[in-house]
Amino acid sequence: MDKSAATEGAFVLINEGRPLAVAASVVGSQVWLPADAVKAALGWELKPEGLCRGDVCVPVPANSPIAIGEDIDLAGLAALLRRPLALDLEERAAYLGAVAEDRGAALASLEAPDFRLPDLEGRVHSLSAHRGQKVLLVAYASW
Amino acid sequence: MYEELKGLGFVVITVALDRSADDARPWIETARPTHPALIDTAHVLADLYNMVNVPTILWIDERGRIVRPNDVAFGDDTFQRTTRLEAARHLGALRTWVRDGVRPFTDEQVRALQVQPSAADQEARACFGLGEWLYGQGRREAAARHFARGAELAPHDFTIRRGTMRMVGLDPMGPEFRLMYREWTEAGRPYYRPLPDTAGTDPSGM
Repeated sequence: MDKSAATEGAFVLINEGRPLAVAASVVGSQVWLPADAVKAALGWELKPEGLCRGDVCVPVPANSPIAIGEDIDLAGLAALLRRPLALDLEERAAYLGAVAEDRGAALASLEAPDFRLPDLEGRVHSLSAHRGQKVLLVAYASW
Repeated sequence: MYEELKGLGFVVITVALDRSADDARPWIETARPTHPALIDTAHVLADLYNMVNVPTILWIDERGRIVRPNDVAFGDDTFQRTTRLEAARHLGALRTWVRDGVRPFTDEQVRALQVQPSAADQEARACFGLGEWLYGQGRREAAARHFARGAELAPHDFTIRRGTMRMVGLDPMGPEFRLMYREWTEAGRPYYRPLPDTAGTDPSGM
């Protein structure tokens, strides 16, 4: 990476809804994140076996490396993990979403995905607190 | 309906996929619900359950298992005049499930009726997520770009197409919505997609 062409500074990486400020270098259309920031934010780290989190490793193809030195390319990381990525270079922000197959597998398991959401008074409710009850879950909107 | 069933180990949880708590507040304060009435500005529920429009309902049993997948059903027949979707049949089945434990579907039927999210659906949701965050930062023009991209990726996702209209200065009941609805339904695609057994008459007669 040609660091002389990079814009350094804060970058907001939103991981499935959770925004995290990380240091990043933007070079052209690529966002390079420090490996330690990726590990802290997402739990993934580069090892000789590939990109790993805990016992799980995803091999990195030799012809498409995602790291230069200690920096990891955000789009390459997202592609390797098959996670959807929305990126705004000017705003220095990106959203890493959930893998379609993971969401689909969770639904097909028929275990209702848990969530925690606030009411009008800001009290947080979870679905799992209603174990033992039948639940009619209704999503609606004012629009 | 709810008052009748809630003594039977039953709870309704409503979730407003709205821009802000204040957008949902008048609805909730008018209804004065005794059940949890939650606000989901980030569309967490849409992402977890692959919801692409509202209203979307599903049934979850005492063990936390989905026994009836995403469906369209209004709580009463108020909306039926405009949508021609029936509430009565759904409410009868709900009563039977809560009171008598009669499940509407087997697990295999539930799975067969589920719609799995595609990669494009999830990419669209990432665009929504980035846009929604930017909107919250006051970066409205940037937000609008990502909402537009999300709508391109998943044109059937009205939680994005209609659900972001207020955030880009459009009226979700106004001419832009009516045009979107007309173009969508005239191409032979339903705006509401009820499960087969609860489908009322053709809902395209708006």
